[in-house]
Amino acid sequence: MTDRTSGTRMITVGELARVEGEGALMIQLEGERVVDVQLRIFEPPRLFESMLRGRAAAEAPDITSRICGICPVAYQMSACHAIERALGVRCDGALRELRRLLYCGEWIESHVLHMTMLHAPDFLGAPDVMTLSEKHPEQVHAALQMKKTGNAIVTALGGREIHPINVRLGGFYRAPRRHELSALLPDLEAARDAAEGLLDWCATFEFPDLDRDAEYVALQHPDEYPMNEGRIASTSGLDIDALDWEEHFIEEQVPHSTALHAKIIERGPYICGPQARFALNAERLSPRARQAAARVGLTPQTVKNPFRSILVRGVEVIYAFDEAIRIIESYQPPAVSAIEAKPQAGRGAAATEAPRGLLYHRYDLDAAANILEAKIVPPTSQNQCSIEDDLRAIAPALAALPHAAARARAEHAIRNYDPCISCATHFLKLTIERA
Amino acid sequence: MGRARLAVWKFASCDGCQLSLLDCEDELLDIAGAVDIVHFLEASSHVEPGPYDLSIVEGSVTTPKDAARIQHVREVSKAVVTIGACATAGGIQALRNFADHAEMMRAVYANPQYIETLATSTPIAAHIPVEFELRGCPIDKGQLLQLIGAFLLGRKPPIRSHSTCMECKARGNVCVTVAHGTPCLGPVTHAGCGALCPTYHRGCYGCFGPSDAARPDALVKDLLERGVERPELYRLLSNFNAAAEPFRTEAERHDGQD
Repeated sequence: MTDRTSGTRMITVGELARVEGEGALMIQLEGERVVDVQLRIFEPPRLFESMLRGRAAAEAPDITSRICGICPVAYQMSACHAIERALGVRCDGALRELRRLLYCGEWIESHVLHMTMLHAPDFLGAPDVMTLSEKHPEQVHAALQMKKTGNAIVTALGGREIHPINVRLGGFYRAPRRHELSALLPDLEAARDAAEGLLDWCATFEFPDLDRDAEYVALQHPDEYPMNEGRIASTSGLDIDALDWEEHFIEEQVPHSTALHAKIIERGPYICGPQARFALNAERLSPRARQAAARVGLTPQTVKNPFRSILVRGVEVIYAFDEAIRIIESYQPPAVSAIEAKPQAGRGAAATEAPRGLLYHRYDLDAAANILEAKIVPPTSQNQCSIEDDLRAIAPALAALPHAAARARAEHAIRNYDPCISCATHFLKLTIERA
Repeated sequence: MGRARLAVWKFASCDGCQLSLLDCEDELLDIAGAVDIVHFLEASSHVEPGPYDLSIVEGSVTTPKDAARIQHVREVSKAVVTIGACATAGGIQALRNFADHAEMMRAVYANPQYIETLATSTPIAAHIPVEFELRGCPIDKGQLLQLIGAFLLGRKPPIRSHSTCMECKARGNVCVTVAHGTPCLGPVTHAGCGALCPTYHRGCYGCFGPSDAARPDALVKDLLERGVERPELYRLLSNFNAAAEPFRTEAERHDGQD
C-alpha cells in the first residue's frame, strides 16, 4: 500500500514466498527515512523446548529433527554432540567422518534448493524455479541433479532424506558398508563438476550494492572448514566454547514475532551462516573450493554484501562435494556403529553449522539421562536482527523504486539469509510502510 | 476439464512434507507440466486466488487464525488431502493437548501474552471433511506422487493401510524384537516407509501413525513380557502421532508408571 500524498509510504508483504515457514514484512518510510522495519514471524510456535522436558536424552535427535524438514541433520547433529558432552562420550574416527558426510549431504541439498529454487528467481525476475526452467533449462536440470545427489548421501547414510532414522547418540544404528557409499561416487563426481557450472552461472547475476560492517559468528576449527566441531568465533574476536554461549549471547522476545531475537551481549546483532563461515574459515576450504571462490571474486570484503551470499553457498556446495568424495574414498567401516553412553546427570552444549548458520543446543540431564531443560537457538533467530538491519540499510534505494520493485527488492534481501521460519519459531510476512 | 489447479497450504509444521514435493527432483518439472501449481508459497511467489481443484494441506491447527483459515481452504477447494503426521494426527506438537499449555508457553517465551495460540494441536480432519489423509513423519514422496497421480485420474490412491510389520516381512528383514528384544511399533504402525527403521537395525517408532485395526495393547503386553519398561513404552507411543488413537489410549495406561 502506498500513500504518496502524505509523504509517507508503507510497503507490506503479507505472506512471504520462497522461504521455509510463515512470515511477513512491514517497512514504514518517511521520504527516504525508515520509521520502522518489522520482520513479522507468525509461524505458530510448537514449543519444542517445553516438549523435550522429561523425555529421554536418546529421543532428542529424532524429536528436534522435527523442528525443521529442510535441515533435520543439523538438529540431529547439534543434539547428539550436546548430549554426548553431557554423558562424556566422544565419536572419533569413522563415526566422526560419517557424521561429516551426512552433513555434506544436507549442505548440498539445502544450498542447491535455496540457490536455484528460492534465490535465483530473485536475480532473474522469475516467480519460481518452474518458470526459471523455461528460460534456463540446462541450469535448472543440472541443479536438480545436484540436489538429488545431496539427498542420495543423506538417504544412503540416514535411511531417508527428511528426518533420517539412522542417527543416534554415540553414532549410528547401522554403519554403511563400503560399497553402499562408493556406489555414490560417479554421481558425486559428475555433480561436483556441475556445481562449478552452477556457481559460475550465479556469478553472472547482478548484485545490488550493500556493504554491511557486521560482526560475523561461526564455528572455527584448526584443521577443517567447520561443520560439527569447533569453537564459536567471530570477526570481532569472540572465541568461546559452546558451553559458554549463554554468557555471551541473549535471546529477546519482540511483540511482532514468534521467533526470539538473538544478540551478542553488549554488542548487538550479528550474522551467522555461509558468509560468516567463509569470513572466518576461507583458508580451510579445499583447493578446488578456494579457487572457485577466487574465480567469482569472493574475498573477505566482497563477502560482506549479503546479496553475494548465493556465491558463498555455491563455493560451499563445491566444498561439500569435495569432502563427501574424500570421506567416501577413504572410508573404512567402524568397529562398532555406535558408542554406548551410560546415563549420568550433567549439562552439555554444542553448536554445529546448519546450512543457514550456527545451531546451538544445550541440555541439562538428570541421573537417568532424562532431559530436565533444553535450549535451542536456530540460525534464523540469530540472523533476524541483521535482516531487519539490511532492510533499513537498503531503505533509501527502496524509497526510489516503484512499489512492486521495492517489494521485490525487500523480499530478495530477506532471502539472502535463506531464512528458515519453521526453525526460528520458537520466524516472516512483508509490509513496507511509507509514512 | 482444463488443467487441474493445485494449491499447497502450510499450518503448524516443519515444512518437511511439502519439501517432499520439491525433493521429487526427477518428477517436479513434469508435475508442473501436468497441473497448474497456483498456490505454493514455499516454492513460488506466483499466487492465484481459488477455486482450486486439489488442496494439499501440511501441518496442524494450533492458533485461532489457523482454525478460521482451514475453513477458507475447504471453501475454495474441490478436494482437500492432508499430508503428514501434523495434518493427520496433530503432530508432535499435540503433546500440549495432554500438558499444561500455559506453562509450556511460559517456559519458551518471556511474554506469552504477545502470542495467540490454542491449548491444543488438532488434525485438519477435526475441523473440515477431507478426501484423503497421507501418513508419515515425513510422508513418503513416492506415495505423494501416487496421490497426485490418482487424483488426476479421478481414482482412489493405491495406498494400503496394513502394518509396517508386513512391509518388513516382505523385505526379508530379521525381526529386531524377536532377535534382539528391541521394542518395535512395526506391528501397529501404518505402512508406507518400507520398514526403514528395522532395515537399519532399530525398532520402528511409529512415525506413520496407527495402521488399520492396530492393537497396541497386545503389542505392549508382549513387550512388557520381554522386559521393556513402561516409561519407554509411554514415550514410544507418545511422539509424532501422540494424539492418534489407539496410540493415545495405550500410552495413557503407562503414563507415570515406573
